[in-house]
Amino acid sequence: MSGPNFPNPIVRWIDHRLPIFTLMHHEMHEYPTPKNLNYWWNFGSLAGIVLVIMLVTGIVLSMHYTAHVDYAFQSVERIMRDVNYGWMIRYIHANGASFFFIVVYIHIFRGLYFGSYKAPRELLWILGVVILLLMMATAFMGYVLPWGQMSFWGATVITNLFSAIPGIGDWIVTLLWGGFSVDNPTLNRFYSLHYLLPFAIVGVVVLHIWALHRFGSNNPLGIDVRGKQDSIPFHPYYTIKDMFGLGVFLIIFSAVVFFMPNAMGHPDNYIPANPMVTPANIVPEWYFLPFYAILRAIPDKLLGVIAMFAAIGVLFILPWLDRSPVRSGTFRPIFKVFFWMLLADCVLLTYLGAKPPEGVYVILARIGTFYYFFHFLILLPALSIFETPKPLPRSISQPVLGSGAAAAAAAMPKENS
Amino acid sequence: MGARAFFWVTMVAAVAFSDGISSAKAAGKAVDIPSQEWSFQGIFGTFDRGELQRGFQVYKEVCSGCHSLNYIAFRNLVDLGFNEIEIKAIAAEYEVEDGPNDDGEMYSRAALPSDRFPAPFPNANAARASNGGALPPDLSLMAEARSDGSNYLFALMTGYRDPPAGIVLAEGMNYNVYFSGHQIAMAMPLAEDGVDYADGTKATVAQQARDVTAFLTWASEPNMEQRKRIGVMTVLFLLIMTVLLYVSKRRVWAAVH
Ligand code: HEC
Ligand code: HEM
Repeated sequence: MSGPNFPNPIVRWIDHRLPIFTLMHHEMHEYPTPKNLNYWWNFGSLAGIVLVIMLVTGIVLSMHYTAHVDYAFQSVERIMRDVNYGWMIRYIHANGASFFFIVVYIHIFRGLYFGSYKAPRELLWILGVVILLLMMATAFMGYVLPWGQMSFWGATVITNLFSAIPGIGDWIVTLLWGGFSVDNPTLNRFYSLHYLLPFAIVGVVVLHIWALHRFGSNNPLGIDVRGKQDSIPFHPYYTIKDMFGLGVFLIIFSAVVFFMPNAMGHPDNYIPANPMVTPANIVPEWYFLPFYAILRAIPDKLLGVIAMFAAIGVLFILPWLDRSPVRSGTFRPIFKVFFWMLLADCVLLTYLGAKPPEGVYVILARIGTFYYFFHFLILLPALSIFETPKPLPRSISQPVLGSGAAAAAAAMPKENS
Repeated sequence: MGARAFFWVTMVAAVAFSDGISSAKAAGKAVDIPSQEWSFQGIFGTFDRGELQRGFQVYKEVCSGCHSLNYIAFRNLVDLGFNEIEIKAIAAEYEVEDGPNDDGEMYSRAALPSDRFPAPFPNANAARASNGGALPPDLSLMAEARSDGSNYLFALMTGYRDPPAGIVLAEGMNYNVYFSGHQIAMAMPLAEDGVDYADGTKATVAQQARDVTAFLTWASEPNMEQRKRIGVMTVLFLLIMTVLLYVSKRRVWAAVH
């Protein structure tokens, strides 16, 4: 056993019986990490920190929130006005949800570009997609809680989608509602689940990180770590880098929370829910817009719902759609172009999700939806066959093949770093 | 180096982009709302106490006949620059229902600073009955419940016109350029010299509209000044901390590569 030698006797006593300090030392301190990770690799730990921020602010909000249709809106306004710093807690939580999605979407596109979903990280990737689904369910139900107009009508529109499922659809909708329309029982069960699901996310994040630590992080070159010279210990190198990234994140996040806290929200949600008045244009939160665009692009309700869920479902099988043995997009000249096209397509769908479903918007949404699935189901499998990747570097320590720099590096003795 | 620059650009773009989306959502309104200069805009913006007090006077003397202000208590008026004695006096002008007392009876008493503004109507049906079927909404959140709220409120107050030729107004409706659909059940609430300002300011319609808008913006978010003050300190602190973290990061990483 070559465990770490802890100077503190109490730590040593505990660690001998429950090697939790050894575990932490292995996984957070000496954990060997590729030395060439770029800043796109900051977003995983950032997502974890945002999750903690959401849990802490959420628990505090719960202390003042009342889950009842007659009091919910009012109790949120009391938090905003009468609870000490309640406005800060609520603005952090509301904007935190948006930033959680920004961070995780960047994290996912990082994985898409650098092929982080490929063997041996398929399960890690799948757990990530499970996290994404749980996040969506949590955010959707959280948005219902303030019981404003968009809360109510968003809940009505989205829960109604399930009625499209043949046979059991209506039964599911009744179950979600706890009655025959979105009402007090709906609010109560959504509140209960909104409190529960984030802890389920924590559980899946633990599995996600467990799977990550099995083979370690992928890296911008997408090649495996070949030996000691390719990696550095997580601490202090990546702890300090992640903290710097956190600082940058917090500056942007605070600027939004303190100077434009309602910019990402919808003004209608400051109107108390009213089942008798339908808002002119019911739009979900921005992070659902691409999926909403896909839903509405398809004229048939059931097929629309299927397509919307398939848009995420396709991510589950992505490791088996992209068969190219090369991970990183850097060495895949054609894949790289299509990666940016996919990103542009998702931005377009986000834009269209906010537009009324009429005229040219519908046509564009259909093209965008088609292209989304075309990318995953046709292009990626085809590229795996037809694309000729660029030659890969021999190792992380010798990234540039054939150039003078590589020759110089190769000439250097290996035992440094 | 390139990746780092890219990182910054993307983070900023993400914020700008989602902001763009929310204004794209707002673009549903038919007419452009003209922007006014407000003392409370910008990250250092604060309320003008004189403006708030005049706006309160407009609310009290004009709007409160039809509109409630449910989320504001008399004690909140300290924010407007009133002192405790003045607030007690303002509250005492109102009657509120309290009880039951020891005999089980409800009774009315003069309002206290801890009471909220009494609503003009006992319920929505009563409000509709006195307003030709239309419901005057609560005003405590009006500046946030409309996109570009403050500018919208000013525009609405000053947006009454004769209907253009060919447009026939429905019974009891008034033409307003900025109201969605242009036909609003509220008659133009402000009139030239409709109030007699305590501070001697000339009460033009535009002046009253400005003042009541400032007041309703405050009512929508009474903590706005505190929010911005804490925000400036937080961002300054984070900037310094992040520079230090960056320097440390460079030091720690100096040996790698
Ligand atoms: C005589 C009653 C009456 C008075 C006085 C009155 N209002 Fe109204 N107000 C209404 C009614 C009725 C509506 C609903 C209009 C509709 O839905 O068509 C309304 C609607 C509004 C709206 C909502 C507009 C929208 O976008 O939906 C605002 C804001 C408003 N009033 C502000 C004011 C202000 C500020 C004052 C004081 C300067 C005032 N009102 C005075 C009756 C009144
Ligand atoms: C709550 C949300 C999430 C948290 C807290 C989280 C956390 C992390 C952390 C800490 C890492 C290691 C650091 C890094 O490589 O960036 C990581 C890696 C990874 N995550 Fe996530 N993650 C989340 C969501 C997701 C989602 C939604 C996906 C994909 C759909 C995903 C896919 C991956 C993959 C593939 C890796 C390995 C990346 C690599 O090494 O290249 N994660 N995650």
